[in-house]
Amino acid sequence: MGDHTAVLVGLGAEVIGVRRERELSSIDGLVIPGGESTAIATLARAVGLIAPLRDAIAGGLPAFGTCAGLILLADRIVDGIPGQQTFGGLDVTVRRNAFGAQIDSFETDLTVKALGPDPVHAAFIRAPLVAEVGRAATALAALPDGTVVAVRQGNVMGTSFHPEVTGETRFHRYFLEQVTARAVTR
Amino acid sequence: MSPIGFRFSCRGTAVFLTLGLMTETSSPSLVGSNRVKRGLAEMLTGGVIMDVVTPQQARIAEDAGAVAVMALERVPADIRAQGGVARMSAPDLIEAIIAEVSIPVMAKARIGHVVEAQVLQALGVDYIDESEVLSPADYVNHIDKWPFTVPFVCGATNLGEALRRMSEGAAMIRSKGEAGTGDISEATKHIRTIRSEIRALAAMSPDELYVAAKNLQAPYDLVAEIAETGALPVVLFTAGGVATPADAALMMQLGADGVFVGSGIFRSGDPERRAAAIVKATTFFDDASVIADSSRGLGEAMVGISVRDVPAPHRLAERGW
Repeated sequence: MGDHTAVLVGLGAEVIGVRRERELSSIDGLVIPGGESTAIATLARAVGLIAPLRDAIAGGLPAFGTCAGLILLADRIVDGIPGQQTFGGLDVTVRRNAFGAQIDSFETDLTVKALGPDPVHAAFIRAPLVAEVGRAATALAALPDGTVVAVRQGNVMGTSFHPEVTGETRFHRYFLEQVTARAVTR
Repeated sequence: MSPIGFRFSCRGTAVFLTLGLMTETSSPSLVGSNRVKRGLAEMLTGGVIMDVVTPQQARIAEDAGAVAVMALERVPADIRAQGGVARMSAPDLIEAIIAEVSIPVMAKARIGHVVEAQVLQALGVDYIDESEVLSPADYVNHIDKWPFTVPFVCGATNLGEALRRMSEGAAMIRSKGEAGTGDISEATKHIRTIRSEIRALAAMSPDELYVAAKNLQAPYDLVAEIAETGALPVVLFTAGGVATPADAALMMQLGADGVFVGSGIFRSGDPERRAAAIVKATTFFDDASVIADSSRGLGEAMVGISVRDVPAPHRLAERGW
């Protein structure tokens, strides 16, 4: 979560790690970083965080997931391990490790209309893809072949790639605007 | 700055280019860049990477919450006990482990054995460990890691060694410890040494960095970068001797970004429980009550060997230069 922290702090946010339920209750927005979705879900289950996270997101807590974070925010996954659970929030089906092994990891430029005309330079690292976008979710970005790699549904957003490792800050800014809007109206 | 090998890949054609500087490109896609190589290691931060010798062990590791597995034919404790020349694992074993799990699979090549590394890349492993645990193939040179698309992790006992490996292209560093002993003392020494040498650089004035580079036997540019940022530009894990949840938490408290566990899990009485306990203690490394809970009911720890009883010629950490 180091790069996410640097970007968020640079944008004026205060960042804490969430490993326990009591930490979850003190935050205005949740960022789920990259990593291994199996490892994150296993730990979340071991410490009893899956249901609280699911309830918080369903209750409107803004959440932004990158890579493994997208997987954990998806309502449905394919190519997970048996019994792998997610927190949900995005009406999408996500395919894990969709681009292959690490030698297939890549960087590329993407057009993301919601963030303005300048392309987003994105790093895809053993990345997942969005295989199906349900009615409640909206695609934010796709590769030239049409593969959806960024989605949003209300306060919940997910990207297949890592904007935080390429110095891109607009996704986090966009997310913080949602966090601020919700905090103000509450 | 050291040269960086990029492979531009577009519609099935691949060209090798060597650039003096990392540059942005608008070409369709760029594979094997420093950013995606180092990036994968960054995604493993805070996690545990486990040595496994069978697909069944790999499944146990993934189910316990490992962030990656290291596919091996023999764990270091067995290499140490059996002796002989230790080489890259057989392709069939590596492929079976890749097929079993969804998390990244790493595999070891001998120090300086370029062809073992080429074979591992061809097999589709996610990371190569150029490792002192295997018998070195070259007692002078390490592998030139820049031309590879797959990233490398290398061992180091001090900052100079870490920087030499990075100048050869390593995208992740692990402190060496003394593999296969279950004795944490060398891992402690190496992570403390590296962290303390980083702090010393950060405190130096700019005109002292030239001699610091000479003393570290490391490239000046890397030394200057670390003096400015106060951190390694790549992820730093520890390895070699981690046998208990408390050992793993100790490494994290000493500033490691994550932990490799070799023989400590599958040479213990209850690998499933110990693997899960080490994962939990690594995440909650600063919470003694969680570490205490996760240390309960684990059965026998691996039988250790004190590093002081290992004659110097048999100490693996001394391999690498």
